[in-house]
Amino acid sequence: MSTYKELTWQGLWNNNPALVQLLGLCPLLAVTATVTNALGLGLATLLVLIGSNITVSLVREFVPKEIRIPVFVMVIATFVTVIQLLMNAYVYGLYQALGIFIPLIVTNCAIIGRAEAYASKNPWHHAAFDGLMMGLGFTLVLVLLGGIREIIGNGTLFDGANLLLGEWAAGLRIELFTVDYPLLLAILPPGAFIVMGFIIAGKNWIDQYRAARAEKPEKVVTRARVTSQ
Amino acid sequence: MTFKIAASPHTHQRRTTQQVMRWVYLALIPGVLVQTYFFGFGVYIQLALALFTAWVAEGLCMRMRGRPIGHAWQDHTAIVTAVLLAVSIPALAPWWIIVMGTAFAIVVVKHVYGGVGQNLFNPAMAGYVLLLVSFPVQMTSWPIPAELAQIQVSITDTLNLIFTGFTSAGYNLEQLRMGIDGMTMATPLDSLRNDLNHQLTLTEALNKPIFGDIAGIGWAWVNFAFLAGGLVLIKQKIISWHIPGGMLVGLLVPAAIYWLFNPDQAITPMLHLLSGATMLGAFFIATDPVTAATSNKGRWVFGLLVGFIVFAIRTWGGYPDAVAFAVLLANMCVPVIDRYTQPIAYGHGGRS
Repeated sequence: MSTYKELTWQGLWNNNPALVQLLGLCPLLAVTATVTNALGLGLATLLVLIGSNITVSLVREFVPKEIRIPVFVMVIATFVTVIQLLMNAYVYGLYQALGIFIPLIVTNCAIIGRAEAYASKNPWHHAAFDGLMMGLGFTLVLVLLGGIREIIGNGTLFDGANLLLGEWAAGLRIELFTVDYPLLLAILPPGAFIVMGFIIAGKNWIDQYRAARAEKPEKVVTRARVTSQ
Repeated sequence: MTFKIAASPHTHQRRTTQQVMRWVYLALIPGVLVQTYFFGFGVYIQLALALFTAWVAEGLCMRMRGRPIGHAWQDHTAIVTAVLLAVSIPALAPWWIIVMGTAFAIVVVKHVYGGVGQNLFNPAMAGYVLLLVSFPVQMTSWPIPAELAQIQVSITDTLNLIFTGFTSAGYNLEQLRMGIDGMTMATPLDSLRNDLNHQLTLTEALNKPIFGDIAGIGWAWVNFAFLAGGLVLIKQKIISWHIPGGMLVGLLVPAAIYWLFNPDQAITPMLHLLSGATMLGAFFIATDPVTAATSNKGRWVFGLLVGFIVFAIRTWGGYPDAVAFAVLLANMCVPVIDRYTQPIAYGHGGRS
């Protein structure tokens, strides 16, 4: 059981693909202008990651070491194509909003990185769980980034959620404040870099704070008796 | 008689940061006065807002970082940032523009990088670019020089405009920017750029009333005033002549060549020098001791680079003026410039 706990901890916090490994920054920065886009791309990446991890883990015995990378890329590309066609069929609005960044999931280094570093060396159920947790960690950062940028830039949250979740979700849209002029910088890519910097700084700050708290040794005072009796 | 033995360095800087910064903002005064003369009291209100925001932001940041607050307020760097930003933005822009820009400049560009002396980018210009990218309409709505304006704006009206967007008579900024002929007026560079893009020749484009005799009514004098202030700084040895010299040469030479080859489709070198933020940029912005190159040779290269980027963006780019972008882009190159222009210490290597 402790493997699963370790994998969860690694994927969501210690070794988070977006915050620590800084992998997959291209989609991370390009599409996170709104929560909906971020969630859509995050979920797509999550599904690809689970699928590719399982497959890579299952075929790891049969793939020669020399050509493993092309094989992994083929596996990933297959899953991305599946996801792309599914999104095209069921969430067409979001499919259009994400555009080129869905096929670009193939080049997301977080996925090939997990395939190479974990899935190709571990049994399939561990690899699947690793994919789930890494994907979740990635998605959470994406959603957080999207949320912050959407609030700063537009004053809304879940704008266009109906594109992803169906008509009922149109009611999810929250207007926190109305802006006459959107803060374009937050919506444009530079804003993503700046907000991302702050999120990473926040994570490091929490880590340092926890390390400092954990470090405090308990003072054990032993007294030597120097007087007689 | 005692012989004092002092430790090296035996020569030292005469001035503290505070004194240097005080000279810089004192030298900005002529420019501010001329700008007020042509563009109204809005300049003072923007200045007040910027200074107050910078003061509060600086205090808050120092408090959060656990440093002495008074120390930051005393070195006057925030004042220079605030003044530079306030004179760069249009005088009648809404109040939240300058507040947001100054706060971003101080908090994100200066203190996140570690405070005074640690920032990679010029804070005032990074704040300016944030505003320009985010709010292009407000940031390009320069009021027209008073002598061309249809409606004169009083102090109360200026206050009303900045805080509510309307004068007491109900005019908004857009209506106030109309000239006597009822056309909204752009800045000289903006108008020239538009006209040249619309296939007008230079002579036709220069026919508009905004251009006046030299290089745009008001704008030329604002630039002369900043030039005067800058020369005082050079005289006082606050800044070296390398950066402003480099920037003006880097702007003038390509501009002159380009203009000589197609004299009717290019901005004249004179307009390049005396319009927009050229002089302010050359003497006050690019010369920031923290973000510019260090050695004299490096400063030359840095200045030339800034000047050339200004020329390139004004000529082929998407914005009418480019000092802010040019300074930020050149700031990015500073580590490389410093690496390749490092002077050789006496006795270490060299040619012989």
